[in-house]
Amino acid sequence: MRHLIPDRLGSLAARFVDRGVLRDSAALIAGLFIVGVSFGAVATAEGVPWWQAAAMSLFVFAGASQFATLGILAGGGGLLAGVAAGLILNLRHVPYGLAVGDVYWTSLRAKLIGTHLLVDHTAAFALAAGSDRTRARKAFWTVGIVLFLMWNAATVIGAFAGQLITDPKAFGLDATLPVILLALVLPSMRDARTLLAALLGTAVALATSLYLPAGIPVLLALIGLVVMWRGTGRNRTERAEATA
Amino acid sequence: MTMAAVLALAVGVFLVRLAGPVMRSRIKVTERSETLMKRGATVVLAALVVTGALFTDGAFAGWALPAGVLVGGVLAWRRAPILVVVIAAAGTTALLRLAGIA
Repeated sequence: MRHLIPDRLGSLAARFVDRGVLRDSAALIAGLFIVGVSFGAVATAEGVPWWQAAAMSLFVFAGASQFATLGILAGGGGLLAGVAAGLILNLRHVPYGLAVGDVYWTSLRAKLIGTHLLVDHTAAFALAAGSDRTRARKAFWTVGIVLFLMWNAATVIGAFAGQLITDPKAFGLDATLPVILLALVLPSMRDARTLLAALLGTAVALATSLYLPAGIPVLLALIGLVVMWRGTGRNRTERAEATA
Repeated sequence: MTMAAVLALAVGVFLVRLAGPVMRSRIKVTERSETLMKRGATVVLAALVVTGALFTDGAFAGWALPAGVLVGGVLAWRRAPILVVVIAAAGTTALLRLAGIA
């Protein structure tokens, strides 16, 4: 009986945890920690009680959206404007869910928790696993759980001790989160058509970034996928030639 | 900020996150649509990295951040471990700022 619980934990860990991913997500922790702490600190500086900032991190769990909504409400904007800005920033999760939703679409509990854990980095880690579904599943859950725990702890720490910690730009920590995403998507860029779609999409996003509300330009990047239509045409002719 | 705002955002964000997998479970996923969806998410992530490195709060972020991300990107392309990539990126950004380059 005494051995039963550790055994169970061990088998749970074997099912859900990927050691390589756990090691890689160690790098994530520093970057996310500083963002979470600064969220808690900004909220406190704006006069938001600590438990409200903590509740937001717990129930929303979306960094950029939390900052956007907090910023607008603290600046005197209305509830609708604040929530709308947060939601628009979050719309990129629709393509993420389309791409990796099958990873956690199993039991009802997994669906509910998995949906809550869908963020940039869980999507990127699951995508980086490619067609290996077991690895994708482990990567998603490992990163999701690590991030969720970190994010909530960091928010509370920031709310109380944020003023002790300097600027998030110190030590270049603001470079960690984007560069991890970059490292995760780069291998798929070895596929020429994905690279072309990404270059075109990024150009569209950059061109519109200064004019459209935050969150819309990255969605417009999906225009880059038009390169796939030309692709099918060529595949079809190739196939036609092969059968001819 | 009020608790109503927190809950409204929480519900909204959950529904946005739910949209993808629900749509996915209603269509017949072919090999081609799978490629399209995976590629779509990859393109969005790539655009997020580049726009996020170049702009913060609707203005140019300065050279230090994109330079750090670029150094990390080159190392990642050469298959360096993620930890090395992250330390090199953060180090580059921090050193450039230390040298007075925003």
